[in-house]
Order: sequence, then structure tokens, then C-alpha cells
Amino acid sequence: MKSVPDAKEKPTNILEWLISNLAGLFISVAMPIITFGVLIIVFKWLRATTPNTMTEKVLVSLVAIVWGVGGALILYLISNKVVEQLPPKWVKLLQPFIFVGPAVVILLWYLALPAARTFWISLFNRDGTQFVGLSNYVAVFTERDMLEAFRNNVLWIIFGASLSVIAGLIISVLADRSKFENLAKSLIFLPMAISMVGAGVIWNFIYEVKDVADPQIGLLNAIMVLFGGKPQAWTALNQPWNNLFLIVILIWMQTGYAMVIFSAAIKGIPEELIEASRVDGANELQIFFRIMIPYIMGTIITVSTTVIIFTLKIFDVVWVMTGGQFGTHVIATQFYRQAFTNQNKGFASAIAIVLLIAVVPVMIYNLKQFSGKEAF
Amino acid sequence: MSKKPKSAKAKSKLGSLLVNGILLLIVLLWTIPTIGVLVSSFRDPFDIQTSGWWSVFPHKEWVKIDEFKPADDLDRDSVMKIAGVSGTFAEFRAGILKPDGEKVTWVGNKRLGMIQIQEKKWVTRTKFTLDNYDKVLSGKKYVIKTSSGATKEFQGDNFSGALLNSLTVAIPATVIPILIAAFAAYGFAWMQFPGRRILFVLIVALLVVPLQVALVPILKDYVKLDLNGTFLAVWLAHTGFGLPLATYLLFNYISGLPRDILESAFIDGASHFTIFIRLILPLSVPALASFAIFQFLWVWNDYLVALVFIGAKPDVQVFTMRLAEIVGSRGNDWHLLTAGAFVSMVLPLIVFFSLQRYFVRGLLAGSVKG
Repeated sequence: MKSVPDAKEKPTNILEWLISNLAGLFISVAMPIITFGVLIIVFKWLRATTPNTMTEKVLVSLVAIVWGVGGALILYLISNKVVEQLPPKWVKLLQPFIFVGPAVVILLWYLALPAARTFWISLFNRDGTQFVGLSNYVAVFTERDMLEAFRNNVLWIIFGASLSVIAGLIISVLADRSKFENLAKSLIFLPMAISMVGAGVIWNFIYEVKDVADPQIGLLNAIMVLFGGKPQAWTALNQPWNNLFLIVILIWMQTGYAMVIFSAAIKGIPEELIEASRVDGANELQIFFRIMIPYIMGTIITVSTTVIIFTLKIFDVVWVMTGGQFGTHVIATQFYRQAFTNQNKGFASAIAIVLLIAVVPVMIYNLKQFSGKEAF
Repeated sequence: MSKKPKSAKAKSKLGSLLVNGILLLIVLLWTIPTIGVLVSSFRDPFDIQTSGWWSVFPHKEWVKIDEFKPADDLDRDSVMKIAGVSGTFAEFRAGILKPDGEKVTWVGNKRLGMIQIQEKKWVTRTKFTLDNYDKVLSGKKYVIKTSSGATKEFQGDNFSGALLNSLTVAIPATVIPILIAAFAAYGFAWMQFPGRRILFVLIVALLVVPLQVALVPILKDYVKLDLNGTFLAVWLAHTGFGLPLATYLLFNYISGLPRDILESAFIDGASHFTIFIRLILPLSVPALASFAIFQFLWVWNDYLVALVFIGAKPDVQVFTMRLAEIVGSRGNDWHLLTAGAFVSMVLPLIVFFSLQRYFVRGLLAGSVKG
């Protein structure tokens, strides 16, 4: 439905045709070539430069950002211009692919094909030279390290996911009755903004252990000493319970998420319902367990599944805090170790596929729930 | 975080006190870890190593009021009498209380140690400094005193360079996927073409794929294309991993826009491209902003993708890698770790407090990311 120039007369000779279409020709041939050329030259320059001073570095970063963002925008503009030079019938046919094409191509390259390729790689040995069938999968489910990782992921789900949900629920109910609701919720939600590496630093500091004779600078050990206990290396000793000290970090970060969702759900409970049960003599605990929880059960399940997925893929916290030592490996850290430290691509791919299979059912359930609601 | 009129019924004072009390306790529990890091990042390195960060608050502590050498002829292996109290060496090491509240403590070893008379006093350890930030941010050399009293020279961590890299990764890795997703969402919502439904279902289905699945094959491609360790490699990876969610969310929003607006624009002779740029994008700002915040924070805080695709190249390392590196190699340098961790939090916290509404929406919508 775009505006089309007035009906053209058939050109009498080739020169006239050329001149009349010069602009179109320039747009559809020369401009893409020039654009690509410039983009590639700048990319090569960006790769080759090694900034020495901070000013240079800022400058290079700026160029890179402009190149990336501007490049993406210009590619859309140019390809659209090229297509719009074509006859209207073609425009109608091709333009949709300018719009959805890039997304489809990138998704094929980055997610759809890799899923298949990873499965394929998982059927081969460590460097892909020998077909080994399903033996990588057998190893995934029998090796001691892997079983430990599975056990730990189960611990993460049992303690991490459930406690985040429970804490989120309790806090949202309390906050709903408090005058300081917004402030309290902001402060509890805040850890979600922090990187997991940063959170790792924060909690490492809490768990820091010093020699018995020295003053303890880690909060937890200082409290231990205050009550007459001995300082401990919390994340290293008492396997497998040391995992709980890592799980606490997940709870610290995820409770805010659960709380905000529950808070919205609780505000959706009709006031009359609670009022009526109060009149009937129900106490606050009964209202909580018999009215609120059943009423928001759907939300509780959605939040739980979301936290479970997050927990299944947990990586940063463990990698930064212990690097998987002291019996704290989880599936994702084992994947990283096998793929990049151990260079056993076949085994790593098998782990990734197992992770995919573990996530899919929970995710599908979640999406079904999610699709019923407005996202924004 | 929305507001609701509080129920009008009068609650008992005790009940509300209890609720607020418990809430306050939980909030304290949640914020103390961050406060500890914030406070420590401003403390002197020597202080951090020798006293807990809470000692910046007024507290009672044994303070030296007098110090002298024990007499040379003192028999150090039996019971000694010093400054009016008697005890063995071990007892003096632990400190012996005098009836007047003072404490006599043997500091140091048996041969060369000193005797200190100490008194409990209210003190605050408030030696604050910005040096830690200077050290961690710059790449210069500096000298500090360690807890054993020796001095050591260190190389600065050039954290500012890493932060700049993070920004260079995060801005395009936020804008590019949103741009691509918005185009695609418009295409799926308002254009007719063969394979529309199938392609859309495919995109939504990809939401289930955890990014670990993609890392090994993509790294192979990058090695072949010689893209590894470039910003472009990381942008594209984040674009790929963020696209399913972005497309899905923006589609939900854009397909819900009123049809009449678009139709009247078509009648005026506008092309799809013009309508998209002039009409749809401005109308979609709330959705775009929410997703942008989610994606920006996700990329900013990301560790795994950067670790895999940037690898060990120090001049393109993002801050999460640098911070993790300090944790791994110098995990006791709390003056650097706390300052580094806090510097990296500043940007998310600014976003958090200034755009809280979009922020929460974005994180909630983004929680299904694969």
C-alpha cells in the first residue's frame, strides 16, 4: 500500500532508461555496497586498534557502540530502501522478510541449529573424531562427579527454590499490612539488580574466615565467636551441607522476585472474602492458610517453576564462590568444566542436552501459564 | 510496585507493631550484606583486615593506655606478677582482668613481647578513604600495608577499563536485539506472508532452550570466523539468546495496539517501514523500556557468555570477569573486592531506583528467559 510514482512511459532507449532509473540503481546497488564496505572497514579497524590510554579506550568504545547500534539500524534502512525500489507486487512479497528475516536467521544460527548440533556433538568423543553413540549419556548418569552435581542441583531446588518462594510469600503478606510497604519491598527486591558475581563477593565477605587468634572480619564467624563458637570455613567444610551457604545467595536474590509477584496476587484477593471470614471468626493464620494460599495457588506454582528453572541453570554463584570445589559442583558448572577446562566437548554437550531435557517440561508449563496473562 | 488503599478496619496496635517489627528484621537481614560491602569499600585496607566493618559503629573495645617491656629477670615459664596481677604466660597472652576494669595483656612472643595495660572504651573506627576505589579503578601501581604489618606493592586492577568494556558490550547487546525483535514482532503482527505462523511458533518454542546448549557450537563457529574475543561476537550471542523472549513480549504488545491507527496510516499512503518507525515504535515505548531494562541488566550482570566468548583477552574483559578473577587470585584483598563489587553495582542501582516501575515489569516479564 505504498505510494507509487505515476505510471511510467516505456523508455525509448537504454540510455534514457538508465538516466531515469539512475537514482534507483544507485540506491539498490551502490548504497548497499558502500555501506557494507564502510562497516567492514570500521570493524577491521576496531579489531586492529589497541588503545593505550583511557581517552583512546573511551573513543574506541564509542566508535564500537555507534558501529554496532548504527550498523544494525542502517542495514534495516538500506535493505528496506532496496526492496522498495522494486515493483509493488515484489515489495508486498519481500518486505515481510526484511522485517522478520534477521530475527529468524539469528535464532536459527544461535539457538535452533545449536540445539541439534549439540546433540550431534554429544554422540562423539572428546574431540569429535570418533562416534561413541550414547556412551556420553551413560557417563553423565554414572560418573561420580555428575551424580554429585545432580544431587547438588536437587539440594538447590529443594532448599533454594522452596525457601525463596516461602520467604517471598511471607514478606509479601507482611508488607501488605505495613505502612512501609514500598520501602521494604524495594530493599528486598534490590539484590535482583546485582550481578551474581557481585553477590558472590558480598557473601564471600560474610563467610570470610580468619585464624582463631585474629579478630573475625566475616560477619557469620564474628557472630559464631561472639556466642563462644569456633570460626569455620563455611563453604568448604561439612559436605554436602556447605552447599546451603551457596544456596542462601540464591534465596537472597530470588525472594524479591517471588515477593513482587505474590504481592500483586494478594492485592487481587477480594477484600470481602477476607472480611467475611474474619466475621466468621477466622484468625489471621487461618486466613493465610485457608483463604490466601488457595486463592493464589496458580501464582505460587508459576513462581515456583520460574525459580526452579533459574535454579537448574545456576552457574555464576558456584563458579565464583567455590569453583565447584568441596563437593559444590552443579550441572551448569560441570558443563563449563567439561567443555572449556577439560576440553571434552562430547561429554559437555551431553550434559547440555540433559539440562535442556530437564528444563523443557517446566518451561512449557510455565509458558502456558504465562501466555494467559498480559506481560506489560 | 502498585499502591492499594489500605483496608479501613482498625487493626490492633500490637498487631501492626508485630508486623512492622518482623518486616524490619527481614529488611535488615536482606540489606546488611550489601551495607557491609559498601562500608568496607571506604575503609582503610589495614582496618578491613584487622577488624569487622561493624566496628565503624560506636562500640566498646580494649584500648591501650600504657605499654612497657616486662622486666628481663622475669621467669617467663612460671607464674609471673606484672602490674598487680599474676598468672602464667598463656593467661597473660589471653589478658588478665584487674579489679579496676583494666586488662593486662602480653602482646607478641615470650622473649620480645610487650605488656599492655588496656581499658575498655567507646570507640569508632572511622578511618574512611576513597583510595580503594582509586586502586581498583586505575591501572597504576600502589603500596599498602598488609595485616602482618609489612608493605607490599600492587598493580591497580584497571577496573574502569573493564567497566567501559561492560558498557560497550551492554549497550549494543540491548539495542540490537530490541530493534530486531521489534521489526519481527511488527512483521508477525501486521504483515501477511507465507510461513508466518510456523516461524512465530518456532521463535516462541526456542524460549525453552537454555543457552548452555548453544555455547559449544557457537564457539566453534566463532573460531572458524575468527570472531572470538570481539565485541561483535558477544553482541550477537546476547542478541541470539535474548531474541525469543524479546520477540514474544513485543509481539504481545504490538499486536494488541488498536487496528484503526494503522489502517488510517495506510490510507494516508504510509509504507510499512514508515508506520513502524513513526507510529509503532513511539507507541511501544513502555514495552520497549521494560524489556530494555531487563536485557541491559541481564547483559551487564552476565558472566557465563562473556567468559566463553571473550575468554582471557584482558583488553576486552568485562567487569564480571575481572571481579571473578580477583576473587580467584586475591580473594583476601577485600579493599579491592568490596570497592570493585560496589562500583559494578552503581549502574544497576541507579537504573533500579530511577526506573523502578519499568524495572520491575521488565524483570517480571523476563523471568521466563531461556
